[in-house]
Amino acid sequence: MTASTIKLSTTTEDHHIAKMAAVALGLTVLENAIPSPLPGVKPGLANIITLIVLARFGWRAAVWVSLLRVVAGSLLFGNFLAPGFFLSLSGALCSLAALALAIHLPQRLFGPVTHSVLASFAHITGQMTLIYLWLIPHSGIAYLIPIFATAALVFGTVNGLVAARFMDKDENP
Amino acid sequence: MNSHETTFSFLRDLKPGDWLTLLAGVLCIILLSNKVWNGGIADTAVVRSGGKVFSSVPLSRDQLIEVPGPLGTSIITIEKGKARISSDPSPRQYCVRQGWLEQSGEIAICLPNEVSVELTGGQKKYDSLNY
Repeated sequence: MTASTIKLSTTTEDHHIAKMAAVALGLTVLENAIPSPLPGVKPGLANIITLIVLARFGWRAAVWVSLLRVVAGSLLFGNFLAPGFFLSLSGALCSLAALALAIHLPQRLFGPVTHSVLASFAHITGQMTLIYLWLIPHSGIAYLIPIFATAALVFGTVNGLVAARFMDKDENP
Repeated sequence: MNSHETTFSFLRDLKPGDWLTLLAGVLCIILLSNKVWNGGIADTAVVRSGGKVFSSVPLSRDQLIEVPGPLGTSIITIEKGKARISSDPSPRQYCVRQGWLEQSGEIAICLPNEVSVELTGGQKKYDSLNY
């Protein structure tokens, strides 16, 4: 009996995207082990990978890596199509939209830190909007916005610096 | 190796525009917290008993107000523009433990004794808050 095989033809870019998404997934798992003081406040380490992919392979690849990470991550944690999944997705989509605009800023002046901060602000904006429209339609959640915004600024800056450091090493090893 | 240089070497990764972004981020957070966390300045305390307004007093004058309810007397203290329920016969003392009310719209309610104190004045953020 001959084994039937399905051969998918893949490009080098596919391999890059798959590898980077796998690393991002690893960081997501790692991050879930870190206790958080408030649900929703987490460092978003996987976004370091998104930033690196954005700089190296462009926005389209970053979209792939980011969305693959969200979907595969939700399968891994068993919350695919649960509220947590849609929160991740809305955050990721808003971040990607912000990044699509941010890459057009002059590169001489704006680096990964700007990309990261803008993306993380977009991320909480997307999540808070979804929370308000779908999960908690109450203006009381506005009280939490400054907390989330502060976390976004801090973690956005740190992630941006880490991504910048990795890219420095790539350029001058 | 110069330890000072390694400690702050991450600053090299920040371009001028990045500083601008960070500054804008900080300003944004300050504006947001001001808008969200600072209710209007309160100037009046409205005391209710059994659902009816018992008295409405300015916060500018320090005083004690004794409010009768079904369980006994609740005492409301007004001091330095703030108000609190300082004594209440309710069993769980939630309204007493809530402490000082400072902003417009804040309210302390003693359900068992049917007494409440609410701060008003300035801009009221919400018409009502339900939990």
